[in-house]
Amino acid sequence: MDDERTKFAELEKLIAEHKDQKGALMPVLQGAQGIFGCVSEDVQKAIAEGLGVTLAEVYGVATFYAQFSLHPKGKYLISVCLGTACYVKGSQSILDKLSQVLDIPVGGTTPDGKFTLEATRCLGACGLAPVMMINGQVYGRLTPDAIPAIIDKYKNDDGEVA
Amino acid sequence: MDNMITLTIDGIEVQAPQGSTVLEAARLAGIRIPTLCFLKGINEIGACRMCVVDSGARSLQAACVLPAANGMKVKTNTPEIRAYRKNILELLLSTHEKKCLSCVRSQNCELQALCKELGVEDGDKFEGFKVNYTIDDLSPSIVRDNNKCVLCRRCVAVCQKVQNVGVIGPVNRGMKTAIESPWEMHLSEMSCINCGQCIVNCPVGALYEKDDTKKVWDLLRDPSKHVVVQPAPAVRAALGEEFGLPMGTSVTGKMASALKRLGFDKVFDTDFGADLTIMEEANELVERIKNGGVLPMITSCSPGWIKYCETYHPDFLPNLSSCKSPHEMLGAMVKTYYAEKAGIDPKDIAVVSVMPCTAKKFEAARPELGHNGLADVDVVITTRELARMIKEANINFNLLPDGDFDSLMGESTGAAVIFGATGGVMEAALRTAYEVITGEKLENVDFHDVRGIEGIKEATVNIGGTDVNVAVANGTGNATKLLERVKNGEKKYTFLEVMACPGGCVNGGGQPIVSAETKMDVDVRVERAKALYGEDVAKPLRKSHENAEIKQIYADFLDKPGSHLAHELLHTTYQKREKYSK
Repeated sequence: MDDERTKFAELEKLIAEHKDQKGALMPVLQGAQGIFGCVSEDVQKAIAEGLGVTLAEVYGVATFYAQFSLHPKGKYLISVCLGTACYVKGSQSILDKLSQVLDIPVGGTTPDGKFTLEATRCLGACGLAPVMMINGQVYGRLTPDAIPAIIDKYKNDDGEVA
Repeated sequence: MDNMITLTIDGIEVQAPQGSTVLEAARLAGIRIPTLCFLKGINEIGACRMCVVDSGARSLQAACVLPAANGMKVKTNTPEIRAYRKNILELLLSTHEKKCLSCVRSQNCELQALCKELGVEDGDKFEGFKVNYTIDDLSPSIVRDNNKCVLCRRCVAVCQKVQNVGVIGPVNRGMKTAIESPWEMHLSEMSCINCGQCIVNCPVGALYEKDDTKKVWDLLRDPSKHVVVQPAPAVRAALGEEFGLPMGTSVTGKMASALKRLGFDKVFDTDFGADLTIMEEANELVERIKNGGVLPMITSCSPGWIKYCETYHPDFLPNLSSCKSPHEMLGAMVKTYYAEKAGIDPKDIAVVSVMPCTAKKFEAARPELGHNGLADVDVVITTRELARMIKEANINFNLLPDGDFDSLMGESTGAAVIFGATGGVMEAALRTAYEVITGEKLENVDFHDVRGIEGIKEATVNIGGTDVNVAVANGTGNATKLLERVKNGEKKYTFLEVMACPGGCVNGGGQPIVSAETKMDVDVRVERAKALYGEDVAKPLRKSHENAEIKQIYADFLDKPGSHLAHELLHTTYQKREKYSK
């Protein structure tokens, strides 16, 4: 709770710094995402109130740019490459398998807050296609069958992997 | 003339004022460049590309945002341009739910009209990415159907820029772009003031009023119900448009006849309620002035304004007149005074209000607006809904003889009829307040300073040797500006009038919908107001307190303005509201 309060105090400072400048919404949203890790409903309401813009405008900008996340991301962020090389090598089936194993849609987070599943553009490891990344750790030459074992590792292992 | 420029459009030389767009200049040359997202003065963003023209630039330019320049040569009607526009329409149709036959906007739809004009042959030429949107119909006033939305953003612009509300906006991007309230909230969970300006500015059927005509038909066929109807002042200034009559035609008599033919048991007039409102409101104003009450007092007839004040300016709630709005007052009188006179149990009476307003639907459902467990008003329908009922009942409106309202609460003065235009409530109140305060006859009843469509109007009126400052705002965006002036304290105001819609009720969210193209040339607010001011002048009585039936209701029932009974039945309270209720 105290942690939350500190973050909102930080946000308030950020808003005050940008309040009277034109186009203040973008830097404030970016800053807020840095502070909170996402721009949740409460954070957006605070921004709207603080900058004197409507929540509709804040939400519109936040949903326009893929860079902003509306919900807190999981402890482990799984990014599956859908770049051309990976896609040709079947990364869609990797993504589908992950979605099935974790029981979440692409872009979703597991209810326990452990995993977030995302599709991403080229990760620059085309030689290893199809590729995914879990918190910076790259997994290449994947097959759908290899997925459950990898996920199990993270499920059982509290933060020791990677 | 220095401030004129000359350009050539489709080979026609045209002179246009400096600062004109090509779209405007072309209209002067008698060329109608088609538009869709364009809404004069409100949404000029060049987004839909319908209005593209060839100005000699590398690519086609949107005429609505293209400044006309001296010596410019523009083509608006080449085969290439026509194909381009048609293509835009075909692409719009690829994602559009084409249920035109049952669409509320059929034959009054700008998309439909464009398709016909530009000769679109196949509405299914392309199969587009379709999202099956849930219709948001939880608001008592406004329905949003994104399956018909063309993303023109006219609703967004009017809600944000004109009304200063901004409860909807574009969400997501690309093919998933939609006009939504944030965080998947329904309109009813937002600080939407139900004004309906989004509806009257929507080119298609993506926004419409919550239809309550079925409720009215059910009441009319129920033999146990005594159904009383009352139309608002502004309805008579616009209803005729639904039947092809020119804008600004007053149809009071035909409307009264139509209501009788529809089968209502009594046809009273909200104008009577307006006269009653003036009696109470002028009295309240005089009391506040005499007894050091909270000033400036602000009018309370517009339910969009009331919800706006409750949500955005709760510190001004003590300034709001405690008077109920005219149709609520009349409803309360129907279920007490009339019920008693007619010997009918109020439980068996239903009151239907015909309003130029979608916010009245929300207002009628307010629990505080009732008495003995009965709502003052049972159903509110808009001008558009009444027109639909008249059509459905096969009534040839234009051939109807002029009828009269029923007596007891059917008489009204000129002061009441101008309630439908911005400044009208102020003017009506001044006509009565002047005579109440001074005890003298007011010879010139016309207060021209408070008339007209300017956003904020100010006047200083000398009443019995004292200068009284008054001001009038129309459009809630202007209301905020006016309240800022009050807060700044540069001038002391005694009385303010606010109407939520630009131009007042004549341009309300429940009124007939006028296309953006017509609005380029005609000011709806002005034309419809003319009908009301014309009626005012034609009335033998132009001050509310001269209305014989008003005198009678006080003599027989209410005693005097501000009496205990009047307070119980004709006055109300307000509450602070949160911006989000989710």
